[in-house]
Amino acid sequence: METLMCLLVGVLFSIGTYLILTKSLLRIILGTSIIGHGVNLLIITMGGLKKGGPPLLGLKNLTYTDSLPQALLLTAIVINFATTALFLVLSYRAYIVLGTDDTEQLRGKEDE
Amino acid sequence: MSWLHLLILAPFIFAIFVPFLYKKMNQRIHTGWFVLLIPLILFFYLFTFIPEISSGNTRTATLPWLPAYDINFTIYVDGLSLLFALIIAGIGALVVLYSIYYMSKHREALHNFYVYLLMFMGAMLGLVFSDNIFVLYVFWELTSVSSFLLIAYWYQREKSRYGAQKSMLITIFGGLSMLAGFIMLSMIADTYSIRTLISSETLNTNTLFIPAMILILIGAFTKSAQFPFSIWLPDAMEAPTPISAYLHSATMVKAGIYLVARLTPVFGGEAVWFWLVSGIGLITLLYGSINAVRQTDLKALLAYSTISQLGLIMSLLGMGSGALYFGYGDESFVYAVAIFAAIFHLLNHATFKGSLFMVVGIIDHETGTRDIRKLGGLMHLMPISFTLTVIGGFAMAGLPPFNGFLSKEMFFTAVLNTAEKSIFNLDTLGFLFPIIAWVASVFTFIYSMILVFKTFRRKPTFVRVDKQVHEAPIGMLLSPMILGTLVVALFFFPNVASKYLLTPAWESVLPTLAGDLSIKISPWHGFNTELMMTMGVVVFGTIMYRFLKKWYGLYDYYPDSLTINHFYNLGLQSLEAISEKTTNRYMTGFIRDYLVYIFAFIIVVVGGALWKFGGVVINHSTDAHVNVYEAGIIVAMVISAVTVLFSKSRMTSVIAVGALGFLVSFLFVLFRAPDLALTQLVVETVTTVLFLLCFYHLPELRKEMSRIPFKVTNALISIGVGVIVTIVALSANGTRLFDSISTYYENSYKLAGAKNIVNAILVDFRGVDTMLEILVLTMAGLGVYTLIKLKSEGRDKDEGAE
Repeated sequence: METLMCLLVGVLFSIGTYLILTKSLLRIILGTSIIGHGVNLLIITMGGLKKGGPPLLGLKNLTYTDSLPQALLLTAIVINFATTALFLVLSYRAYIVLGTDDTEQLRGKEDE
Repeated sequence: MSWLHLLILAPFIFAIFVPFLYKKMNQRIHTGWFVLLIPLILFFYLFTFIPEISSGNTRTATLPWLPAYDINFTIYVDGLSLLFALIIAGIGALVVLYSIYYMSKHREALHNFYVYLLMFMGAMLGLVFSDNIFVLYVFWELTSVSSFLLIAYWYQREKSRYGAQKSMLITIFGGLSMLAGFIMLSMIADTYSIRTLISSETLNTNTLFIPAMILILIGAFTKSAQFPFSIWLPDAMEAPTPISAYLHSATMVKAGIYLVARLTPVFGGEAVWFWLVSGIGLITLLYGSINAVRQTDLKALLAYSTISQLGLIMSLLGMGSGALYFGYGDESFVYAVAIFAAIFHLLNHATFKGSLFMVVGIIDHETGTRDIRKLGGLMHLMPISFTLTVIGGFAMAGLPPFNGFLSKEMFFTAVLNTAEKSIFNLDTLGFLFPIIAWVASVFTFIYSMILVFKTFRRKPTFVRVDKQVHEAPIGMLLSPMILGTLVVALFFFPNVASKYLLTPAWESVLPTLAGDLSIKISPWHGFNTELMMTMGVVVFGTIMYRFLKKWYGLYDYYPDSLTINHFYNLGLQSLEAISEKTTNRYMTGFIRDYLVYIFAFIIVVVGGALWKFGGVVINHSTDAHVNVYEAGIIVAMVISAVTVLFSKSRMTSVIAVGALGFLVSFLFVLFRAPDLALTQLVVETVTTVLFLLCFYHLPELRKEMSRIPFKVTNALISIGVGVIVTIVALSANGTRLFDSISTYYENSYKLAGAKNIVNAILVDFRGVDTMLEILVLTMAGLGVYTLIKLKSEGRDKDEGAE
């Protein structure tokens, strides 16, 4: 399972990177979002998968899965959401002000 | 921490209070009066060291700085450093006193001025007292920095900025090469302490010995404005005159001299050292004196004369280093006198050049010009300044009854002695020493006369309309008067200075001869060659000065395109052009290019490291099994991710990314992470809605219209990143170095009263992290709100201005 997850993470990273390297702001945002998923899955995989029950003491399991990566991820998911939202609005704003979403046309002026 | 450390740190500490004093008190009291206390206290404190040091003792104090690396702030007081420190504090006090009258408290930014000045003073004291070569280096660079700030004090002027940049570039270049030399030296001798370096033997057999020597000399030569690095000093004259008097004639430019003197016991006795130091010194002496005659600006004239005099001192140190070739005996004493002459002239130069700079400042202050062609006839208007100029100028020319005469005679003795010797091939080239010395002295005589007589005699050719020219206020004259008195006093009582200041310094330069060094200075030695040379200088110099107009035109034959300045400017321009061109080539302003650099770097560095250190470990024995749901979800995820890649409609892309997110939350369920799954579900829903909202306002996705190479590069890089990440993930999975620490948290009910371990970690064990996370969320929220709500008016205004 872990090996399979590693391969999946690799695929997500590849696709995300490709999207980030394109010129359209929309695709770049989608790319970061996909890489974000890749990172989350990578972290949880590194903790070992399905090694025990959910980390809830009430379930009275003998073993629990590693709870630390889950705690980290909970933070990561929320932060990811925040940055994605900011990025979206930023590109919206850039489009409104500059009239384009093509990063090639968003280059700084010569004298900057 | 001892009083000695406090001594060095006192100027830095006081500098902190200067801006407050300036703000609160400047309307009533000139800030300089407060600053004056520091050098005065330092001077009198240092003065109390004289009896102890002159009787041959030394003092040390150590403050650990980086003890693990054997780098400690060790202070070492001996004759040489004490002499320098007294000059630094003494001239410092006089310069601050002078600046109180020179710098207007109404117009000038005095707080900057005095902060920089105190910073310099502390750095310079640290430089001469440091025993550790790296501490010395730190102070060395601090003096360069404060000099830069002081030259650029009137930063509104273009010439100030140019001069400051020039001095910075040259002295920092020298400083860095000196650092390299120090590192080599410490590798050879296995010590960072100068005292240990001096006492270690057989350093000169190492192959790094000569390179280290040359690198250190470059540092000393750049700082002491030796040819061909001297070009920064004339441009440094853009600094306020008190600074020129202090840094650029009396103290900072002597740091190179100090270093050469300090390291003479290490390198002295080597032919390379002898020829480099004395040769460069003599060339500088000649170059400076010839160029000084040409100058029309009084400060430029003094700058070139400083270069020339520094060359003189340097050449004396070079000649004196021959003493260490012999070890011990009469032969070495002949050379040792040259070192004494160097130390003596160093003190003399500080006195007469300091006073001359101050007088020139007074003239500038009172008449509004420093141009020799406009000045003249000031003798009756400014009699005290005239007297002071005569004292300083004649001392510089080497005439009695002023201190310059004594050291000049000793200089002639030294060159004559050197010419007769046969070590280091002196029998073939030695005859050049007296010739260069004599010619340079003639020019020195001429420019001293120009300084004195062209300024004060003749008819005035300028008319100052707004006010009558008159003598400066007494406070301004006080400092040059004290220095002028010293110039005369040193002539009549040289042996007092010799006994208490100069001989101890002499002994620290030549520690192997210490105890046997003694000298009696007297102005009269009978009609010997030295006196003949001096008389020749006076006679010939006077004739040449009288007929200055006849041969002055010769200077114009020297083409401007061959000056060092020209090469410097050319070099600087082409460097700037090249760096601009290269920068523009890779700083394209296109975000995709920067991302390509970043990703390519990741691939190369991470991949390279994995390959080089054999980090690839694949071990899936501990893997959990895969069931059919999981496999299905993973296939679905790949499909939705690929859909995003190829979709031409934004709606499809958004939905595909949304689907990916929801599939991730399913995975979380399967991985026994209920909290994650819930959060992911909520976040994904909100994100998708947000995407759709935003996309309503954003343009349609266009087909990527790009050239094939662009796409191929992108594809290659993204596949590279994917592969690297996969390999890293697999290797990390296959290598478990440590056990999980999560078992600790499984005790959460006892520790935190929580049955949900993940929640307990977030709110109890790592509560601060979560708080900061909320902070990030808040900031992002504020950013989103601002970006949406802020009207674009400000932006429009900006565009209107463009």
